[in-house]
Amino acid sequence: MQVPILKQGAYLIATVQSALTDDDLKQLRDTLVVQVSKVRARAVIVDVTALDVIDSFATRTLRDVAHMIKLRGAETVIVGIQPEVAFSMVKLGLTLEGVATSLDLEEGLAYLNRKGKGPEHHEVRTHR
Amino acid sequence: MSDRRELATAAEPRLESTASRLRELVAHLRNQRAQLREEWARLITEAKLLTAMTKEEIFAEATSVYDNYVEALETGTYEALQAYARNLSERIIPRGVETHEVVGIVLLLRDVLARSLFATYHEDFNKLNRILDAYEPAANRIAITVAVGFVQERERIIREQQEAIRELSTPVLQVRERLLILPIIGVIDPQRARQLTEQLLRGIRTNRAKVVVLDITGVPYIDSPVANHLVQTVEAARLLGATVIVTGLSPEIAQTLVNIGVDLGKMNTVGDLQGGIEEAERLLGYKVVLIQEPTTEPA
Repeated sequence: MQVPILKQGAYLIATVQSALTDDDLKQLRDTLVVQVSKVRARAVIVDVTALDVIDSFATRTLRDVAHMIKLRGAETVIVGIQPEVAFSMVKLGLTLEGVATSLDLEEGLAYLNRKGKGPEHHEVRTHR
Repeated sequence: MSDRRELATAAEPRLESTASRLRELVAHLRNQRAQLREEWARLITEAKLLTAMTKEEIFAEATSVYDNYVEALETGTYEALQAYARNLSERIIPRGVETHEVVGIVLLLRDVLARSLFATYHEDFNKLNRILDAYEPAANRIAITVAVGFVQERERIIREQQEAIRELSTPVLQVRERLLILPIIGVIDPQRARQLTEQLLRGIRTNRAKVVVLDITGVPYIDSPVANHLVQTVEAARLLGATVIVTGLSPEIAQTLVNIGVDLGKMNTVGDLQGGIEEAERLLGYKVVLIQEPTTEPA
């Protein structure tokens, strides 16, 4: 199942709708890394609210996405990890180190806006 | 073959006579009811059992136990007695009646009745023996039924109380918008640790918390598995986008955490609860300002 990726202002938002196979995950990673520069996005939000399980491959892929997008000059936030999922991930030693996480989409957007990734922080004024 | 048949035919009249002896026994106990009940209540008081109850209460309970006892002997069914024992336990357990008291009074009643049988049949030793043959198994069965009923009721109450303690043991309190505190008091066993994690992560979700202060001032020590569990909880909270500040670590707990090799970069610790809340306010962008000198007089 493909993950829809929406452009919202300076952000790309990928909302995972259902369980993903390893191939789906790889495809998501590749698409995001290409798209982020194409649309000149300043940040990427991956919403995983719908996922009941996040295994080691998914964790590694999400971390890779974050690091690759960082190298492409943008920020990544993973949002909507369920409480039970979070604890089982930590038990397996999957802690998404160095990747920003937020409670849900709203929080993720607020986090990015605070960090100055939103469009209003990048106004260009012409001097007369 | 023939031996077995003889045995079978011999057993039947014996059964019948057991029943008839029980009938005789029950009639005897009914006749002597007033006197034996009195004697029993006196012995209970003398043995200093059921001290939590008044004399009148003891006498009233003794009467119903006596009647139920005789009825169980007569009918040979124990359901009614069992129900009565449970009901009695329900009433007397909250008043602090102990297991040994309940077992004690039932055994006293057995002795009182046995003595009255000795007194009545002492002239005919064979008859006394046969009556006792019928009486003893039934009496023991009754004692067991009452004691087991009492213990089961007690265990049920203990289970209920444990449940209540568990529910109370991990409160999640919101002190400000997006700031939760979890004060933990007492020893954390693995089950409580699991519950704590669950409550903390759920609390973050339902209150949309950004910062959680986990205060363990009231926890004297933790073992390594529980310490690991705590660290994992802190990491899981980060995956939900929240920061956990742990406050009030005792020297013993600090040592345990160092021994398991905790990554201090992941743990945000502050000395006491006040400091933890101040740190949390700072993270959330609050600034608490004193606007007036506090007045000590009542308004």
